[in-house]
Amino acid sequence: MVDVSVESQSEGQLDTVQMLVNMGPQHPSTHGVFRMVLMVDGERIVDVEPHIGYLHRGSEKLCEGEIYAQIVTLFDRLDYISNLNNEMAFCRAVEKLMSLEVPERAEYVRVILCELNRVASHLLFFGTFGIDAGAMTPIMYAFRDREKIQSMFEAVTGARMMHNYIRIGGVKNDVPDDFRQRMTALIGELRQGIDEADRLLSFGEIFLARSKGIGVIAPERAIAYGASGPTLRASGVPMDVRKDAPYSIYDRFDFGIPIGEKGDSWDRFYVRVEEMRQSLSIIEQALRDMPEGPTITPTRLVLRPPQGEVYVRGENPRGEIGVYLVSNGADRPYRVKVRPPSFCNLMAIRELLLNTYVADAVVILGSLDIVLGEVDR
Amino acid sequence: MVERHRPGHTTPQAAVALDEKGQALERLLPDVLARFNPELGAAVDLVTATVNPSDVAEACLTLRDSPECRFDYLTCLCVVDYEEHLQVVYHLYSTTHKHMMVLKANVSPEQAVVPTVTSVWVGADWFERESHDLFGVTFDGHPNLAPLLLYEGFEGYPGRRNFEMPEYAEW
Amino acid sequence: MLLDVALLVALSLTLLTALSVVVLSLVWIERKFLGRIQMRMGPMHVGPFGLLQPVADAIKLMAKEDLLSSWVDRVIYWVAPLVVFVPVLMIWVTIPVARDLVIRNLDLGLFYIIAFSVLSIVGLVAAGWASSNKYAVLGGFRAAAQLVSYEIPLILAVLGVAMLAQSMNLVQVVNEQNVWVYALIQPLGLVIFFIAGLAELGRTPFDIHPAESEVVGGPFVEYSGAHWSVFFLAEYINTFAIAALTVLLYFGGWLFPGLPGDVPIISLAVFLAKTYLVILVIFWIRGTYPRLRIDQLMSLGWKVLVPLAFVNILMTGAYLFYGWPAWVLSLLSVAVLAATVWGLSKAMRTAPRPEVTVRIYNPTSEAGHAG
Repeated sequence: MVDVSVESQSEGQLDTVQMLVNMGPQHPSTHGVFRMVLMVDGERIVDVEPHIGYLHRGSEKLCEGEIYAQIVTLFDRLDYISNLNNEMAFCRAVEKLMSLEVPERAEYVRVILCELNRVASHLLFFGTFGIDAGAMTPIMYAFRDREKIQSMFEAVTGARMMHNYIRIGGVKNDVPDDFRQRMTALIGELRQGIDEADRLLSFGEIFLARSKGIGVIAPERAIAYGASGPTLRASGVPMDVRKDAPYSIYDRFDFGIPIGEKGDSWDRFYVRVEEMRQSLSIIEQALRDMPEGPTITPTRLVLRPPQGEVYVRGENPRGEIGVYLVSNGADRPYRVKVRPPSFCNLMAIRELLLNTYVADAVVILGSLDIVLGEVDR
Repeated sequence: MVERHRPGHTTPQAAVALDEKGQALERLLPDVLARFNPELGAAVDLVTATVNPSDVAEACLTLRDSPECRFDYLTCLCVVDYEEHLQVVYHLYSTTHKHMMVLKANVSPEQAVVPTVTSVWVGADWFERESHDLFGVTFDGHPNLAPLLLYEGFEGYPGRRNFEMPEYAEW
Repeated sequence: MLLDVALLVALSLTLLTALSVVVLSLVWIERKFLGRIQMRMGPMHVGPFGLLQPVADAIKLMAKEDLLSSWVDRVIYWVAPLVVFVPVLMIWVTIPVARDLVIRNLDLGLFYIIAFSVLSIVGLVAAGWASSNKYAVLGGFRAAAQLVSYEIPLILAVLGVAMLAQSMNLVQVVNEQNVWVYALIQPLGLVIFFIAGLAELGRTPFDIHPAESEVVGGPFVEYSGAHWSVFFLAEYINTFAIAALTVLLYFGGWLFPGLPGDVPIISLAVFLAKTYLVILVIFWIRGTYPRLRIDQLMSLGWKVLVPLAFVNILMTGAYLFYGWPAWVLSLLSVAVLAATVWGLSKAMRTAPRPEVTVRIYNPTSEAGHAG
């Protein structure tokens, strides 16, 4: 019946057999089309082989055939949970290459929307992490608030997911007239909603038992793997591009970066919860200071940036995104390379999963918060 | 990939503007990398150093372990196909000094072999597999260069510029 | 003779119909109640308040194609749902819903119920094995480990009640509770019984064998259509049975202060009201908690519940032997319970609560204040 005969290891009296379990690409908790080949001894994982590439669309190659303005839409589709952060990274790369100034107001709008996108992304994580741990209610709380953010995005950008709103030189259009008061109301609701969801899940005894001390990664290992974002910060490394190399106008805001100390799944979870609160505070400060003025520096539709290469770093909800852009002076980039945060975070999965239980595998994978759209590109 | 240069125009070069950390690195690198005869340069705001492909692993190790550099974080590894040569590009970052640099190595498309840096940073693992997949660069000493993004038995290197894209018929 | 058989058949059919109606109601209540917990409306569109939604679900399930993987062991695969379903149905033969409303009032009723409910495990393991699916195998073995372990505290808790009532006859057990319900005399037993019961049902936080996010439905992963719905039916009837047993053993069954215990219709109403309340608690737990891991579940069962159940029996024995007043036993029970909760929380945590290991680091303002 079930082919379990992989390798028979008799230890004294009992003859146990290891079983190969193919987790994914179609499995409810692999967050997309990720596949892990697990070798399990009963419930214990003795070997893991991760497989990616099921969603490989050749985005980087596609970029070489599009003019710069079109590439923004391709970046939307990398990390489809945090589209605006991706758009921003690419636009900043082009602007840096061309030494293009972005109007003050556009910078504020960008930061507000990117931070809002970060909250939306972490809310999604909050819900799915609850599901991974077996709790079915947190996702409803998270989605209630995420829905409001999506509506806000729709009001500003015209789309709920693939916005194509941040353009080279600014943003597509100015925000609606009642933006400030709607955002203020939204922030209040989000604060309350996050607190509520936090009380529901974060400190439950069962949840703590399921995530505390599970999937621990030491700071040195996390750095060696190139992990970034909450995954790295949970291990106690205070590395955040917004602080280390402030881009856009992030140096004008007062905000903290939540760091964990154990580097386990719970820390990775709670770092994100705290990050949502910090993001809301950034948005509040940005709303307070937002000046009037134009929202885009007019450019030609078909841009021809100067010859050269540029690398920009940005802080995505999942970690550090990098865009390496090589231009030969033509209207299409010569080469675009994306440094996807989930890709690097996911690399540590084998080390994290060895000698854990099958149930932990789900929680640990969930705590890394991967988006396969950007892992596979 | 059709390139549309406007005729009669010379393409301008991107302006180089190194910040303080970049300038410090620019002064520092010739000493640190002296053994490898690096060709130093700058790309917008980052210092670049081009070394021989065979020296890459050792250069990386030196950069990681030298106390002034401490490039302990491999941010990005990628390959750019310049047709006459392939360029393997390493973006290095230091979590202690918070500075960044670019290490480059040029290899010929036919003999694209670079020593692996997985022993320096474990995180190079999938980056190297991906580059092997898409550009056919062999990373000498890599523990497992199985296809990562492409399926087993895929023909050709789709990242390279001379890769023939299959024609799709309307349906 | 013939009349007896006819009566039995009629009773069985009535039972089956009644249980089907109960299952439909449970499905509706669960969806509606969970919906409310999750700030949703639950089913709204099929019938008034979505009341016909379970019927629509049932029709859908029956109309669905019964898929069969070519690798399954057909005989075991087809028989497994029945092996799960029949015992679940059989235990209702002796569960009284009012003083006189019971098919066969067996003197060894409790013994009979326990003996039959253990049988379903075989069906789950068989389903897992025959499905020829690795998730199903994992789920089947999880089910075996879980159900066998939690059978023991369940039986031991029931034993405490049998000692108090000096009987295994359920009607007798209820009648003994006409002064003080056993929930007050033996709260420890109630807690053990309820936790073990939840684990027997495979409901949150013990839904480890069908865990959707881990083993994708466990033993049921390969089943579809009518065969899957047999498992589904069994699960809900079982839920109802555990709730009914909780009410019968610990909450005085159909007795309620001030209401006559011998009018069938009132008794039935009281019994159903109590049972549905217990059911709501089960659903409430489902909407609140995450899932335990299999090793945590096993250590909770063997290291906590089984010893506690023995302590419970010992205390009950002492109470009966020395003829203490009832409040002594309840005080002792509460004390043991409190001590266990305190000890568990000490054992599970390494640092005082709340263990927030995340702090806010802000290099620009003063060096990192606590979050």
